[in-house]
Amino acid sequence: MIQSTQSNSLGWLLVALLSGMISLVIGAAILELPDQGVGLRDVVQSHLPESGVGHPVTAVLMNFRGYDTLLELTVLVLAVLGARVLAASGECGPEIGVPLQSPLLDGFIRLTIPVMLVMAGYLLWAGGHAPGGAFQAGALLAALGILTLLGGHDWTHRLSERGERLLFVLGGATFLLAGVASLGAGGTFLEFSRVGGKWQILAVEVASTVSIAAILTALFTGGRLAPRADDLARGATQLASPREPQHD
Amino acid sequence: MTSAQLFALCGVLLFGWGLGGVIWSRHLVRKVIALNVLSASVFLILVALARRAPSGPPDPVPHAMVLTGIVVSLSASALALALVRKLCRATGKVELPD
Repeated sequence: MIQSTQSNSLGWLLVALLSGMISLVIGAAILELPDQGVGLRDVVQSHLPESGVGHPVTAVLMNFRGYDTLLELTVLVLAVLGARVLAASGECGPEIGVPLQSPLLDGFIRLTIPVMLVMAGYLLWAGGHAPGGAFQAGALLAALGILTLLGGHDWTHRLSERGERLLFVLGGATFLLAGVASLGAGGTFLEFSRVGGKWQILAVEVASTVSIAAILTALFTGGRLAPRADDLARGATQLASPREPQHD
Repeated sequence: MTSAQLFALCGVLLFGWGLGGVIWSRHLVRKVIALNVLSASVFLILVALARRAPSGPPDPVPHAMVLTGIVVSLSASALALALVRKLCRATGKVELPD
C-alpha cells in the first residue's frame, strides 16, 4: 500500500516536471519573439481585391491557403469513416432517435431550430465581408443536427445510404472541381481569381457548409445518418442504434 | 509585457495543464477533456501572437490556421469519444487500470 502511494506521488511529480519544463521552454520562446510583428497581414491586405472575398481571414482560408481547406474536408470524411467503424451500441451512451419524453428538451429544440437555421444562413453569407463562412455555419448546423438527433427526433430515416454518401463528399468534391476548373481556364490548380472568384468561392462555401454539417452530425451520432440497408430490409422504419454486425 | 504576450503566456500555462492532464488522468473522458484544453491553449497562443501588430487589424494567417485546427480537434475528440464508448462496451469500465 505504501509502495503504491509512493510510486503514485513519484509519477505525479514526474508528469508535473515534464509539463512544467515543456511549458517553460515554450514560454521562453514566446518571450523571445519581438514585441511587435506584422506577419503576413500587409501581404494579404494588398492581394485582397483579387481574392474574390472582402474579409482577410476568409480570403486566406478559401483562396490563399485553399489547399489546406481542401485537405481538411478530406480529413473530415476520413474521420466520419472512422466513427462509423467504431460505432458501438447504446449501452454506454445515448440511443440515437429514441424519444426522450422530455417536454423541456422538446420545447427548447422547437425554440432554437429556427434561430439556428437563420444564424447559420447569416454566417455563411457574412463570410464574404465579415468573420464567418463555411466552417462556422456548418458547425452551427451540426450542433442543430446533434441536438435534434440526440433529443429523440429521428428525422433522417428517409435518407438513403447513397444520399448520405453524397452529402459527406459534396464539399470536398466541389472544392476539387472548382480547383480543376481553374486549371481548365488556363491558370494553376486552385487559382480562384481566374474564372470568377467570388461565385466560385460562394459555391464552394455552400457545398462545404452542407458537407461539414452532415459530417459533424454523423461524427457524434454513430457515424451514420441514414438507416443501414439491412435494417430497412428487416422492416425497421427507424434509424436503429448503431450496433455490432450480427453473426447470423 | 504587452497584452499579446500575457495572453500567450496564459496559453502556455493551459498547455502545461492540459498536457499533464492527458498523461495523468485515468478516467478516459477526463483525458479527452484535457486533450480539448490542450488544443484550446494552442489556439490561444496562435491568436495572441497574431495580435502583435502595432496598429490596425491582426495578422489573418494564424486565424485561418486556428479555424482549421478547431475543426480538426473536434473530429479528434469525436473519434476519441467513440473509442471510449467502444472500450466501455467491451470492458464495462471507463477508467484505465491502475
